[in-house]
Amino acid sequence: MKDKRLSVSAIKEGTVIDHIPASALFKVVSILNLDKLDTMITIGNSLGSSKLGKKGIIKLSKVFFKDDEINKIALVAPCAKLNIIRDYDVVEKRVVEIPDEIIGIAKCVNPICITNNEKVTTRFEVVSKSEVKLKCHYCEKITDQDNIVII
Amino acid sequence: MKNKNLVSITDFTREEYLRILELAAEFEAKPRQDILNGYVISTLFFEPSTRTRLSFETAINGLGGRVVGFSDSGATSASKGETLHDTIKMVSNYADLIVMRHPLEGSARLASEVSSVPVVNAGDGANQHPTQTLLDMYSIMKTQGTLENLKIFMVGDLKYGRTVHSLLQAMSKFNPTFYFISPDELKMPPTYKLYLDKTGLNYIEGKDLTEFLPEADIIYMTRVQQERFTDPIEYERVKNAYILRREMLEGTKETMKVLHPLPRVNEIHTDVDASPHAYYFDQARNGVYVRMAILTSILGIK
Ligand SMILES: [Zn+2]
Repeated sequence: MKDKRLSVSAIKEGTVIDHIPASALFKVVSILNLDKLDTMITIGNSLGSSKLGKKGIIKLSKVFFKDDEINKIALVAPCAKLNIIRDYDVVEKRVVEIPDEIIGIAKCVNPICITNNEKVTTRFEVVSKSEVKLKCHYCEKITDQDNIVII
Repeated sequence: MKNKNLVSITDFTREEYLRILELAAEFEAKPRQDILNGYVISTLFFEPSTRTRLSFETAINGLGGRVVGFSDSGATSASKGETLHDTIKMVSNYADLIVMRHPLEGSARLASEVSSVPVVNAGDGANQHPTQTLLDMYSIMKTQGTLENLKIFMVGDLKYGRTVHSLLQAMSKFNPTFYFISPDELKMPPTYKLYLDKTGLNYIEGKDLTEFLPEADIIYMTRVQQERFTDPIEYERVKNAYILRREMLEGTKETMKVLHPLPRVNEIHTDVDASPHAYYFDQARNGVYVRMAILTSILGIK
């Protein structure tokens, strides 16, 4: 009994992504391409959180992210926290930060933008981070925080 | 500038703007040269724009180059569902340079990334039309003798008018003072005003066209279109306030010129046409020399 319980609650080596808004959990899974991984992943969602109301958590065994990889989730989970685990201990805590450029994650708000009419990977320059504003590399229009749609 | 794309006016530097204008003046002095002999330039007009296409083709023909292309995508494989990506891949096998106009915004940027030859944007929706901006600058340079420290009035639809936005970006490199005159519904968007604030440039915003006119070096007129208004009564109320008439030009500087990207509807009264301040028809002719300068510098000939 004890062993079974441990296998889902604790990981020996890897990363725990905590404080993901429940509504964004599966977007995070897709942005990080977690469905392509064959290492052990534990996903919990709609867990009670005093901060977020309902939150999601992802535990990834033997997976460590580079900053530019993990920062991609900042668009949907700006408050996410990372715990880096070595030998069952949290050895490092990190927060995510919105990168300067967003590639292939968000949709351009402009309906007559070429990226909404032809198969093109979207690309944005992040022109403001406090209140997120994305400038489309193609049509040069700004997509505001409220209008960000994740592909 | 060899092999550089011209998609957005901000793709070129201040020095490159000045180089283009200098070359345009050379072409104006000597408009027939055989320097594009042996070159093939493709003009792809996915939406019709007779004015712009004729200007480009006159520029190419005047320098002995050959044009292949189409003037309306109805007659091409694009109408059979071919993607822009594939059309550009195919055309860049045949041409040394592509001039493209397309109704979708960002299409020219995409084309420049797909193409193996340089791309010149001849208008992508309401986004950019950089050769228009360079010809506006050439007209300003020709009539004022300089681009520096000018008082530039932008009048009419400042919200949707792409020509004024591009001109603002380009002229900002030459320490101008801008006067934005428009109805409330069509004011200059905050993004551009913020840009001027950051750059440390001055601007004045107003609703009354006649108020500051004696200070103007350049009046850049745009069309106020009814479909831009959410309230038709508001349109009726303001439509006549942004029509330039000859009597308004009394007391303006002698060197002041009125520009307009054309076609005009009624925003400049025809009684202005005979005024020495009217420059909009000459402005259109300047387009050919400016396009000669752009094409030859990108091809590395000049
Ligand atoms: Zn876009």
